Amino acid sequence: MDMKVTKKKLGLKEKYKLMTRDLGWEPTYHSKDEVFPYVGYEGIKIHDWDKWEDPFRLTMDSYWKYQAEKERKFYAIIDAHAQNNGHLNLTDARYLSALKIFLQAISPGEYAAHKGFARVGREFPGVGTQVACQMQAIDEIRHAQTQIHAMSNYNRYYNGFHAFADTRDRIWYTSVARSFFDDSMSAGPFEFMIAIGFSFEYVLTNLLFVPFMSGAAYNGDMATVTFGFSAQSDEARHMTLGLECIKFMLEQDPDNLPIVQEWIDKWFWRGFRVLGLVSTMMDYMLPKRVMSWREAWNIYGIENGGALFKDLARYGIKPPRGWDDAEKAIDHMSHQFMLGLYQWSFGTAFHSWIPSEDDMNWLSAKYPDTFDTYYRPRWKHIKKLADAGTQFKNYGLAKLCQTCQLPCVFTEPDDPTLTCHRETVHEGETYHFCSDGCQHIFENEPEKYVQAWLPMPQLFQDPINGDLGEWMKWVSLLDGKDNGDYAGSEDQKNFEAWRGLATTNQ
Amino acid sequence: MSTVFIALQTNEDTRPIIEAIEIDNPHAVVHRQPAMVKIDAEGTLVIRKATIEEQVGRDFDLQELHINLISLTGHVSEDDDTLTLSWNS
Amino acid sequence: MAVAAIKDYIATPRDRVENFHGKQLVYASWDRHLLFAAPFLLCVPPGMPFGELVSGPLSMLVQADPDAAAIDWHSVEWLKANQPWVPDFAASLEANGITHKTQLRFRTPGLNSLSAAA
Repeated sequence: MDMKVTKKKLGLKEKYKLMTRDLGWEPTYHSKDEVFPYVGYEGIKIHDWDKWEDPFRLTMDSYWKYQAEKERKFYAIIDAHAQNNGHLNLTDARYLSALKIFLQAISPGEYAAHKGFARVGREFPGVGTQVACQMQAIDEIRHAQTQIHAMSNYNRYYNGFHAFADTRDRIWYTSVARSFFDDSMSAGPFEFMIAIGFSFEYVLTNLLFVPFMSGAAYNGDMATVTFGFSAQSDEARHMTLGLECIKFMLEQDPDNLPIVQEWIDKWFWRGFRVLGLVSTMMDYMLPKRVMSWREAWNIYGIENGGALFKDLARYGIKPPRGWDDAEKAIDHMSHQFMLGLYQWSFGTAFHSWIPSEDDMNWLSAKYPDTFDTYYRPRWKHIKKLADAGTQFKNYGLAKLCQTCQLPCVFTEPDDPTLTCHRETVHEGETYHFCSDGCQHIFENEPEKYVQAWLPMPQLFQDPINGDLGEWMKWVSLLDGKDNGDYAGSEDQKNFEAWRGLATTNQ
Repeated sequence: MSTVFIALQTNEDTRPIIEAIEIDNPHAVVHRQPAMVKIDAEGTLVIRKATIEEQVGRDFDLQELHINLISLTGHVSEDDDTLTLSWNS
Repeated sequence: MAVAAIKDYIATPRDRVENFHGKQLVYASWDRHLLFAAPFLLCVPPGMPFGELVSGPLSMLVQADPDAAAIDWHSVEWLKANQPWVPDFAASLEANGITHKTQLRFRTPGLNSLSAAA
């Protein structure tokens, strides 16, 4: 590294004190309640904001210095990727489906997190908290921008990248991530911190970024490795902020415990559902796989999450309510999602495919208790239909969960052969759920979730009124280009042709 | 005893840092994965500025770790000379 | 519990039946036939006879399953809102008590080509 380390005049703790805490002031012509009007209504009691500690003690001057270094590294590699036909180094263009899902669903989430942290940085009275939230707000907008920039290189060559903003707003599967962030941003500042800072960042983010980045490296995607690295280097700070916030609330007042526990229960399950699609990216969409979703869950869910909840037990915190149901779902969810994505692929702005015999043998080895019993027979039948020239397309649009907005693809926790049906009636309207976890979340705050914009029911309302062709135009989905089976797609043909040109003299 | 971990990018900056962590934490287990190195340690993991400086042969600010950090777990305790990860249970 | 809010929290459901121009949503699923990844969403008029729902959209949608041809619709077991229930094929959905967003399930014991035993 080529960075000058200037001789320090101040110790870390002194510098942190001067450049964060001492920046605060006591208001004189307005009361504190008027300046911070949203900090009390959730019921969280805070007696002394000075007890908040940002464990990294990163001050703004250092923050800019290190972030600038990260940006220099990022753009050096992105330029090299663009100049050297980096896209042809991919193991296989099937891999791009994982990237398209990332761009359509996750990158807008980064931007939403930016807005959320900018807001709560203003709403919290503590100076240490304000500074940490400000840094995270800047990080998150940087992530959204660098991701979009890195992936724009693929948009020059491949389908499905061209309209991610419309896709983000309108296509059905992105509403899952969007509703997750809308739910957190419409909560109070403390709940937002538990939702994003703790549940998403601390408990679950390793399952997204670590395998994703490693997977990108394994599959020759230098652009994504680079934005992944660049974003991930901020995550350790975010995770630590989330953990600090939860400890702070629990140490400030014993009355905070039941509120915090309810939020942990809610946001663990919301996060688990949102990140569920990562299971499919890991098990199906990486041509060269790093580890299975099950293996990642064992490391980052069971071992790591387990250690965290054991540690928090001293405050009276219990593991999240949905923890056991999550464990029961791990060996099933990637298969359930991929089967759904394949049969609804006419309506996705990415490709899916039938796993090859080799792929299925890998899945069978990684999921010895479930794949051959439950899922291989379905794939074999789907393959038979495709070979007969009658590709399986399920035009019966899917029932969506009122809370997580995913199609109800999940089975009963203790019976993998039976779809989980849950429903409740609230003020005369019937609402459906994919799981006990989502039903519980709805019943705690029904007023919030009755407003859900569920894309499937919306398709039959104005302005689309059930016309699939109109719907495709409305979501900017190019039929025959962006959607459908990877086999026979433009992406496949182009990738093979261009790679052929790159490796021969024809 | 629960395990803490730190994960760093695989590159020239982190090679001496990882060596320093191995010197200071004989109980740590180093896993080399595609593009990243994950170091697990039971209970506690300590990163020392002085040991890294011996490895890199120059002054080193522990906050430079941020540039190549991927992830970590445990409570973080940081001062000028050390960064410690630990669980209380 | 209610939403924690600084003032009255008033919410409007987005999927009220009046938004569907005279039609309504009906959900249908074939138990233990998971080739179909999720329950089907159908948008149909409440005056449609139940038998027409079955012989029309439902029969068409389940065709891809190898058991589809063997279904005897008059001997299948039905559930409505997860409770056992017997439909009147000649009567309308409305007369059958199938309202907006009702979930129907049907079971065909003995037909399970693609399903492992539970």
